[in-house]
Amino acid sequence: MNKTILDLWVGLFVIVGIAALLFLTLKVGSMNTVNNSNSYEVVARFENIGGLKTRAPVKSAGVVVGRVADVRFDNEMYEAAVTLRLDKRYAFPKDTSAAIMTSGLLGEQYIGLEAGGDSVKLKDKDRILITQDAVVLENLIGQFLYGNAQEGAPK
Amino acid sequence: MLKLAIERLGNRTLQGVGRIGFAVRFFVAIMLHSGTAFRRFGLTIREMYFSGVQSLIIILVSGLFVGMVLGLQGYETLQTYGSEEALGILVAMSLVRELGPVVAALLFASRAGSAITAEIGLMKATEQLSAMEMMAVDPIARVVAPRFWAGVISMPLLAALFSAMGIFGGYLVGVQLIGVDEGAFWSQMQSAVDFEQDILNGVIKSVVFGIAITTIALFEGYDAPPTAEGVSGATTRTVVTSSLAVLALDFVLTAFMFRGLS
Amino acid sequence: MQHDNLVEIEGVAFDYGARPVLKGINLTAKRGQVIAIMGSSGCGKTTLLRLIGGQIKPSQGTVRVAGESLGELNQAGLYRLRRKMGMLFQFGALFTDMSVFDNVAFQLREHSDLPEDALRDMVLMKLHAVGLRGASHLMPAELSGGMARRVALARAIALDPQLVMYDEPFAGLDPISLGVTGNLIRRLTDTLGLTSILVTHDVQESLKIVDYVYFVSEGVIVAEGTADDIRASDLPYVHQFVHGEAEGPVTFHYPAAPYVEDLRLGGQSA
Repeated sequence: MNKTILDLWVGLFVIVGIAALLFLTLKVGSMNTVNNSNSYEVVARFENIGGLKTRAPVKSAGVVVGRVADVRFDNEMYEAAVTLRLDKRYAFPKDTSAAIMTSGLLGEQYIGLEAGGDSVKLKDKDRILITQDAVVLENLIGQFLYGNAQEGAPK
Repeated sequence: MLKLAIERLGNRTLQGVGRIGFAVRFFVAIMLHSGTAFRRFGLTIREMYFSGVQSLIIILVSGLFVGMVLGLQGYETLQTYGSEEALGILVAMSLVRELGPVVAALLFASRAGSAITAEIGLMKATEQLSAMEMMAVDPIARVVAPRFWAGVISMPLLAALFSAMGIFGGYLVGVQLIGVDEGAFWSQMQSAVDFEQDILNGVIKSVVFGIAITTIALFEGYDAPPTAEGVSGATTRTVVTSSLAVLALDFVLTAFMFRGLS
Repeated sequence: MQHDNLVEIEGVAFDYGARPVLKGINLTAKRGQVIAIMGSSGCGKTTLLRLIGGQIKPSQGTVRVAGESLGELNQAGLYRLRRKMGMLFQFGALFTDMSVFDNVAFQLREHSDLPEDALRDMVLMKLHAVGLRGASHLMPAELSGGMARRVALARAIALDPQLVMYDEPFAGLDPISLGVTGNLIRRLTDTLGLTSILVTHDVQESLKIVDYVYFVSEGVIVAEGTADDIRASDLPYVHQFVHGEAEGPVTFHYPAAPYVEDLRLGGQSA
């Protein structure tokens, strides 16, 4: 086996292999995971986060603007403290509200941000004050059964 | 009678454990003697041709067929829930996370792994390895280590190629043949497949599989009794043992990698 | 440092697991000599070669080559010493994925930095010495048994070693190749100033070319001497071996029960 031909084939193999990896990385996967350098964090507190998981998307007007970075339980206030990591390109007013929504009827849960009207914007480490809990199916059924149509009181 | 059977079982277990110990020392020896494989990279490249390039056809064709079957079967199932548009996600996730690394590894084990075992076993049987030792050239550095690194480098490339071909196959069947929306196919896939979680983990898996398969193949060849039956037995053992190892490691790695998801 | 004895084996014993293969061997090989180690199959001759080459270690005793004791060497030292040795394996053990030329060039490429032109000349010289310069482009699979062994010999002398060991060099060769091989061994030893150690059971060919013979049986040396001594010896084992007699210390029949009993003759109904 001529050494030059061998080298050629192996080189081709490696190039095609790396091309496949690139294809998978760029066209198949999403590389735009929001990381520390191009993002800022805000906290939102909920009484019930339902099925919200870390890495769930944070959307506003249906567009992904960030990811859920962390979900913690506050043992003093007995609430959930959710850390949202938002893309630096998007600034939200201080009175933005965060609600836990479900994509589709039985799909995975995400956070929907609805912008308020304040001229002052949210900064890193700020807190979103207006939140809406996840819709828990049992409560919904209970409300329906007892004929109460109650919205989760804004905090 | 029973006593004899138990004695034989105990004996064979002890032998098996001894072999595992020997295999670990063998692996350490390969690591220590890997300098030559990199300083004279031409040796490694040569082995990459025999292990990697010559496995290309079976990997690409199998990948294509597996992807196409995924497309067909996936569509059938998703249709029941009205979620045909998730076909892209199903095909991509299955391939990148599991089928790509695992099936490519199994194919690599049977094609390249058995070839390596047979070659080394034959070299041992015809005293070529002894001759090399007597010429003051360490066979582990010159013969074994280059094959090891060739296998470890080739495996993730082959797994990526398998996954890529599979996704293409799924696309062919799903979009072109059945008529799933092309835009939905790719966009849903892109939004669901994550680089770190899925693709990187898949690559890590295939590297681990590559290490396992190549080590087993080299060890069985090096340890084979220098007879015809010895070499053929070693070749069979390579395919069986490395296939089992791949599946077991897959479980361990999957459990470790995807436990943090919920 | 010049030593008259290139190889010295003193009080060496070797056990294969629990079975003793060699039980106390004393052997010397002087420079420029052709030594033969003879004996029937399984008596430990090849084990002796492997002890000299350092592939195995003796359970007792010392093996010295060129004044260095093999037992005290680490791997680097052993490899250094092996560059002064060449070994011819029974069926050649040529590297099947390389041509004849590359096989002979192997040691030169691995252990020296010679440029390819100088290397080419050296390889062709070695091949010429064994008469196969015209076959340098062939692959081992295309060679006959005798030719393969000659190429292996050229490979063994590639680095001009001081010691060459031959494992059954005459086994399975046709009469012409036998003569050629024996001739080559003697000529190379004389012209290159080597020491050659042959392990063989071909009496006729080896007695023609050797300076000294050691006879091994059941793990010990039962006889030694020059070729004439051996031919004239009346030790029963040596005599049986040299003259190829069917009966002697080595019996024809494998130990068994008496014949009559085995066939169940003598009064027993069939």
